[in-house]
Amino acid sequence: MSEFFQHLVNGLSLGTIYALIALGYTMVYGVLKLINFAHADVFMVGAYTGLFSARWLRGENNEDNYARAGAVLVISMLVSAGLGMLIERLAYRPLRARPRLTSLITAIGVSFFLENGAQLLWSPDPRRFPRLFESHTYFIGNTAISSMQIIAFLVAVAMMGALQWLVFRTRFGLAMRAVSFEPSTAALMGVPVDRTISITFAVGSGLAAGAAILFGLQYPRVEPFMGLMLGLKAFVAAVLGGIGNVPGSMVGGLVLGLAEEFVAGYGLSSYRDAVAFAILIAILILRPEGIFGRSVAEKV
Amino acid sequence: MAIVRAWAPIAIALALLAAVNLLLPSLNEDYRVHVLLDVGINVMLAVSLNLVNGVTGQFSIGHAGFMALGGYTAAFLSIRLAAYQLHGIPDAVSQGLFLVLALVVGGMVASLAGLIVGLPSLRLRGDYLAIVTLGFGEIIRVLIENTEAVGGARGLSNIPPWAGFFAVYVGVFVTILCSRRLLASTHGRALLAIREDEVAAEAMGVNTVGYKVRAFVVSAFFAGIAGGLYAHYQTNLAPKSFTFIRSIEIVVMVVLGGMGSISGSVLAAVVLTLAPELLRALDQYRMASYGLMLVLLMLARPSGIFGTREIWELWPLRKKSKPDADRELARPAGSP
Repeated sequence: MSEFFQHLVNGLSLGTIYALIALGYTMVYGVLKLINFAHADVFMVGAYTGLFSARWLRGENNEDNYARAGAVLVISMLVSAGLGMLIERLAYRPLRARPRLTSLITAIGVSFFLENGAQLLWSPDPRRFPRLFESHTYFIGNTAISSMQIIAFLVAVAMMGALQWLVFRTRFGLAMRAVSFEPSTAALMGVPVDRTISITFAVGSGLAAGAAILFGLQYPRVEPFMGLMLGLKAFVAAVLGGIGNVPGSMVGGLVLGLAEEFVAGYGLSSYRDAVAFAILIAILILRPEGIFGRSVAEKV
Repeated sequence: MAIVRAWAPIAIALALLAAVNLLLPSLNEDYRVHVLLDVGINVMLAVSLNLVNGVTGQFSIGHAGFMALGGYTAAFLSIRLAAYQLHGIPDAVSQGLFLVLALVVGGMVASLAGLIVGLPSLRLRGDYLAIVTLGFGEIIRVLIENTEAVGGARGLSNIPPWAGFFAVYVGVFVTILCSRRLLASTHGRALLAIREDEVAAEAMGVNTVGYKVRAFVVSAFFAGIAGGLYAHYQTNLAPKSFTFIRSIEIVVMVVLGGMGSISGSVLAAVVLTLAPELLRALDQYRMASYGLMLVLLMLARPSGIFGTREIWELWPLRKKSKPDADRELARPAGSP
């Protein structure tokens, strides 16, 4: 039984990370109907930014404290948000009127460029993500929970709460939902479509960077291709919850994290990476609109 | 007369290949011959991927997975077949027959995988196919790495070296020929119709899902054959040569050459295989530049260098036989 709770804890902490990344996919898909392949690599850049800014902020006494962790998080989120906006401006905006396949190819190109550019710039060798603060391990029965996991979980939940507020309670959120509903009508109603899309990218990329820091704290290994698999799984989480649906992505991420952790925990650890794709294929066959998605009739 | 016209190019091509094969000295040993074989394999991969990504307008990025499946299946089979010899038949012919058998089985396994992957995802919109094929390619690699019977992560070695210049280029020729003839047939028209406008094609009575799946299966078959040939001149296979990066390489060839243009795919495959060999010093920038190339190409000329046309159709002496490709691709927003 304690093994079960251990997998539950690990699954939840992995799931929140998937959920944070999945939110970026789902928001961009909502407004642009584009699978932003480069999102996973924004996550990777976020992790590297965190690593470098932690080194830069180390100070004299080299002590681990929460203020520095917070500063690293903010810097990384800001840099990634900027990168996301830059990618949108340079690569996606000029192609918005073209067929969707064109944007998809561009997205793959951007992703490939970022991965291999990072490899040239920062070498392909994995680096160690710094431990930003002291972590203690608590035991409840036989289940180990580290304070790192608790803090990461709380930060992730806070970010998702903030996003929920942003999307459903603010003017920007209203604009974003309008653009995702029907861009041309939104434009006629005075919604600044370009700016809304740009900010959507910034928010999604910022969340990815937040996920990258939380991920780095728990799995301290940073490398140029780290985003590839993680991004794919987060995308599966987004599809699972219903792509374009913000709360759906959160649930999808948690479900995926738990499923993966339980499959890996109960004996099939080498097939860990296959779980996500099995789920994806199952959901495409059974309920392609996702758990929370509504099926939309194809407009001609 | 029609029979002569249909078979003459095939006979001539086979004779030419056999002649070149005799002229090429010490096959499989010379480095340049090896590069030549690599070019052939990449041409096969690009032309077969072009059937899905170019002709049908779908987007698959897991071609290396099909190649790996075909390669491993063929190699697994021929390692076992190498112990036998057909009775009363010269050695070379016996090997050739075994090779053909192994390749066809490899191709069929790959196309079966294509069917399994294609059926659920091709019912949906194109972007899902991209993700599913990408995931599929990675799953295949993970499975191979975990299968001890095919060497696991160490790879499979001691594959009989049955494929040389002749075998590879017969493969190239057959792939191009099948691709061309497919395009000229009813099936090919249906595929083109799906690319141009899926809704309209459906309205005209084209079974869009059926044709998309068929294109996918045929494409996977030839990728499997290419993998098998690769295995039989490389004589060893490792899972790490079939990563996502390999798939992207093939996608870049198709996109660069022109989506839908067979000759464009061939030319792009040749150039992109030879370029890194000639420019060794720039090798480290190759992958990053592939990414940049995709982005710039989409911004400047989204239909690829030759668009949907073949190279000879660009010749000014000939009249254009197809409408301008750019105009077709650059449709206004809102069209599906």
